[in-house]
Amino acid sequence: MSIWVHEESKVLVQGITGSQGTFHATRMEEYGTDVVGGVTPGKGGQTVELPGRTVPVYESMTEAVSDTGADVSVIYVPARFAASAIIEAAEAFHKIRGGGLIVCITEGIPTLDMVRSIGHLSDKPGVRLIGPNCPGIITPGEQGGCKVGIMPGYIHAKGRIGIISKSGTLTYEAVAQTMSIGEGQTTCIGIGGDPVSGTGFIDCLAAFEEDPETEAVVLIGEIGGTAEEDAAAWAADNFSKPIVGFVAGATAPPGKRMGHAGAIISGGKGTAEEKFAAFEAAGIHVARDPSAIGQVLLGVLIEAGLRES
Amino acid sequence: MNIHEYQGKALFRESGIAVQDGVHCTSVEQALTAYDSLGSQVVAVKSQIHAGGRGKGKLYDHDTGNLVMEGGVKIASSREQVEEYASNILGNRLVTKQTGVDGKTVGNLYVEAGCSIAHEYYLALLVDREADSVLIMVSTEGGMDIEEVAEKTPEAIHKAWVDPLNGLGDEQKAALADSLGLTGSAHGSFVEMIGRLAEMFVGLDCSMVEINPLVRTEGGTMVALDSKVSFDDNASFRHPWRADLRDRSEEEETEVRAKRSGLSYVKLDGNIGCLVNGAGLAMASMDVIKLYGGEPANFLDIGGGANKESITAAFGIILEDPNVEGILVNIFGGIIRCDMVARSIIDASAEVGLNVPLVVRFSGTNHEQGKEVLESSDLSVITTSTLAEGAEAIVGAIGGGD
Repeated sequence: MSIWVHEESKVLVQGITGSQGTFHATRMEEYGTDVVGGVTPGKGGQTVELPGRTVPVYESMTEAVSDTGADVSVIYVPARFAASAIIEAAEAFHKIRGGGLIVCITEGIPTLDMVRSIGHLSDKPGVRLIGPNCPGIITPGEQGGCKVGIMPGYIHAKGRIGIISKSGTLTYEAVAQTMSIGEGQTTCIGIGGDPVSGTGFIDCLAAFEEDPETEAVVLIGEIGGTAEEDAAAWAADNFSKPIVGFVAGATAPPGKRMGHAGAIISGGKGTAEEKFAAFEAAGIHVARDPSAIGQVLLGVLIEAGLRES
Repeated sequence: MNIHEYQGKALFRESGIAVQDGVHCTSVEQALTAYDSLGSQVVAVKSQIHAGGRGKGKLYDHDTGNLVMEGGVKIASSREQVEEYASNILGNRLVTKQTGVDGKTVGNLYVEAGCSIAHEYYLALLVDREADSVLIMVSTEGGMDIEEVAEKTPEAIHKAWVDPLNGLGDEQKAALADSLGLTGSAHGSFVEMIGRLAEMFVGLDCSMVEINPLVRTEGGTMVALDSKVSFDDNASFRHPWRADLRDRSEEEETEVRAKRSGLSYVKLDGNIGCLVNGAGLAMASMDVIKLYGGEPANFLDIGGGANKESITAAFGIILEDPNVEGILVNIFGGIIRCDMVARSIIDASAEVGLNVPLVVRFSGTNHEQGKEVLESSDLSVITTSTLAEGAEAIVGAIGGGD
């Protein structure tokens, strides 16, 4: 098992004819993802060559979902068009299948465009958005698996650890840490570091709680906002599996945006210290050094009786 | 992107939000002409910098560093006072609780007609990341530090959220006016203003608008006596006019230059330069350097599209900082391949004349090849495979730590 994407997921690529779209559709297909087609307005009727298959390009998401039965869409369109792409995907999934998963990789989307996109999701309970400005979601399989995004697939292996992170490369670091103690992953989700985005930590934790194969979770936060504190408080009451947590930005100065639009300590709020304290108060096992996540996780698994040594 | 008060008020005026008449000046002569033209005996002479706390700030002589005047915002009731305040402000350094000890040199002044104030309120619009919508906050405690109000009397702050699809409703506008205890013409004036402000916020892609104080005049009109406006940089493509409002002197020159090379850079006070791919990993690298007893000199994310040019630019920017005594490169290869980064490092160090210890941590795509490229070069470099080892090595190399 896994959450939200699995080996049977059928994936569409919005922006498949662009350089990013083609590049990553190829990598996804290579990994084992079932890429069933793509959408680029103005290029409907064309095809795209992927490793071992040729897939159709559709004019619209409605056409693409109807024709392929896809339940997942990944967005690689430029920032100024990305919010419309999210809304188009949400409407198509809602109308045709009653739901679906949208993964938006695009970085630099205007914040108020995202506010409007999320507004459009509020009456479509079956539609889930991950991102934007994120590496995507991956469920490693026995052979291959389902990779929806830009992460390097080969660093992952099927296993029992769930990973949730606001950051891209720091997610890979967390994956490498689980691998360093011989643990694989059920599903890894990069939720993105923008101030306004779709799926949050709590949504992921709730899904991992329900997933019988996930036995522990690594949660990677960063400065800014209160999502980590909210997740910790929620987990204390609702999450039964062990969590290892890290927060990036303990040395970040206040008032300075650290790369991600949302990574800013403003008005003295959103510091790493507050988040670490919230983690500890909620019984989350804290790693102060991301290179120590593996060892902390190992200790936690042993303590929980999930591993001998 | 932030703009000055006088620029924010010009946008308010265009959006039909009441402000006092005022004139932007860059010299004492202009300030005197402005005073003559405003036709108001009492005027406010206001320092224009991108930082709050101006009223309680202190002005220091630009050359001698001597205290020149208390308060960066002054009320003048004569031509002589305007002259005195303007000359004390322009060209001198204003230090407020938000500027840091060095303060900011004031090059711009706003001379604004006085106003008969019945009461001061607080008003702000910002993006609420938890609610995924625009939040409006109002308070009867105007002129105060809002964080202090939130801390001490949270019940004095009233909130409303703008519906992302339908905008701010009439009932919400009236409820906000009611929450401030407004009646009669002031109630109507507020309702009209808040609607226009919410439209302006969305129309101009703002990330924050703060009016502190918003005042009710003796005549029952709501007037924005201050303005603090920030824009969402991601939306700049829709608003090319913003370029004209940019005050380069308010921006960190190095950060702007870094951005042009596709880098995200923030200068810090330590002595270990960092070059990392990914914002989260870049923050984590700084944190781990600190854990091992070092002090990071900067945040630097080379981004997903890094190449030889941007990596060379990154080395150049790091080494411009005279405090830097060593550099830690931390790359987790994904789309970026470590061997490409290794070759770029070799070229860049030759180009910029690298003269401090260098530690490189590679993991992920082609990390073995990357290591080989570095180790077979003439470059003096320590390579490691974990971040902790890298941090320990660089702290050791510069003779720091415990």
